[in-house]
Amino acid sequence: MIEIKNVSKWYGSFQVLNHCSTHVRKGEVVVVCGPSGSGKSTLIKTVNALEPFQKGEITVDGISVGDSKTDLPKLRAKIGMVFQNFELFPHMKITENLTIGQIKVLGRSPDEARERGLKMLDRVGLIDQMDKYPGQLSGGQQQRVAIARALSMDPIAMLFDEPTSALDPEMINEVLDVMVELAQEGMTMMCVTHEMGFARKVAHRVIFMDQGSIVEDATKDDFFGKPRSERAQQFLSKILHH
Amino acid sequence: MGELDFDVIGRSLPYLLKGLQYTVQLTLVAALGGTVFGTLLALARLSSFKPVALVAAGYVNLMRSLPLLLVIFWFYFLVPVLIQQVTGSERPPQIGAERSAYITFIMFEAAYFCEIMRAGIQSISRGQIGAAYAVGLTYWQSMKLIILPQAFRNMLPVLLTQSIILFQDVSLVSLLNVTDFVGAAVKIAQRDSRIVEMYLFVAIVYFVLCYTLSLMVKRLQHRIAIVR
Repeated sequence: MIEIKNVSKWYGSFQVLNHCSTHVRKGEVVVVCGPSGSGKSTLIKTVNALEPFQKGEITVDGISVGDSKTDLPKLRAKIGMVFQNFELFPHMKITENLTIGQIKVLGRSPDEARERGLKMLDRVGLIDQMDKYPGQLSGGQQQRVAIARALSMDPIAMLFDEPTSALDPEMINEVLDVMVELAQEGMTMMCVTHEMGFARKVAHRVIFMDQGSIVEDATKDDFFGKPRSERAQQFLSKILHH
Repeated sequence: MGELDFDVIGRSLPYLLKGLQYTVQLTLVAALGGTVFGTLLALARLSSFKPVALVAAGYVNLMRSLPLLLVIFWFYFLVPVLIQQVTGSERPPQIGAERSAYITFIMFEAAYFCEIMRAGIQSISRGQIGAAYAVGLTYWQSMKLIILPQAFRNMLPVLLTQSIILFQDVSLVSLLNVTDFVGAAVKIAQRDSRIVEMYLFVAIVYFVLCYTLSLMVKRLQHRIAIVR
């Protein structure tokens, strides 16, 4: 579904991504982890072209992301994305947040979009918040709405960029629960996260990045059992002991 | 100085009101036009396509470096001559003082509104444009539906304050012999030799209007802050 081949990216002379290659198959859940500044957020953002890259190739569902002829809005509409800071549209009600993409991009009627949006809102357990503004919701609720917004577009895959990093500890689980449920239903997912409990529970593969390179790309059992690289071992021992 | 005669105001009120009407009209048109062109200029200045950004920045910096009065004279006296030179016609085109004033103020204010809107757009987090793109919106849709409404809302008090300044600056058109509020008052003052009365009256009207408006802007400022 998602193919990343030899992708490199520079900010000026600083290389943020160094020959990254990996893939996410249909129905697969891949967790990307690594220390901050390792390029994992940048990598996930290249998948829907929010970050351009200079070398290599990425295809999503057979369509090349880097090709200048690609209709990027159309491609992005097929991939749901959830951000670290939620990024709901603060000047719009929850219902409008859920329907705007469906109406403007997919061309659905307002009624149809509303029905689909509310179904997704119900799914994340927030149907009673539909007429509020994002600022009136807690961080965890906002992130669940953000997931509902992405799901209402009927995406073929979901990207999560540190979805729980900006949350208060007691709100992390309500978001992870939604993500676990999604994973168990067979959604194709690529998640940048440090939540190793989540990775253990639902990931098929774990990618470990350091200094712009993919250091380890292993099945979950291999990764948690016996990571091959020393850097990954260090990282794991640091975050798992606390 | 002699006796003050405030009856002159009552006698010439219809004429003065007509002048005030023109002043308000010019202010509204220039504020609206300035906002529209200023927003486009702001988008141009923030464009990642360098030539567009440079041209917009050059225009804005030029306008903001020139005194308004000079720009008014330029548009009224020199632009028709320039047009004549370029088109090679025998006489400079007759634009007329009133029309010239509209064009001048829209173009001049656009530079100032551009800087306000640019600050407004930059006050929106970069994640918002990312989120807009991620749901599949195009650049123009993202601007129109997501970024500009928020920027406009954040900047509304500043835009209105700039419009109040504009309302005062519009009085400069009286130097082109246009009958705006000040222009009308000056003409009456000279015709009836009632300079003190007229200038006092104009000052009071300006003060009352501008001060009331600025109080309203202040109240608005508290009300519109977006909950985040």
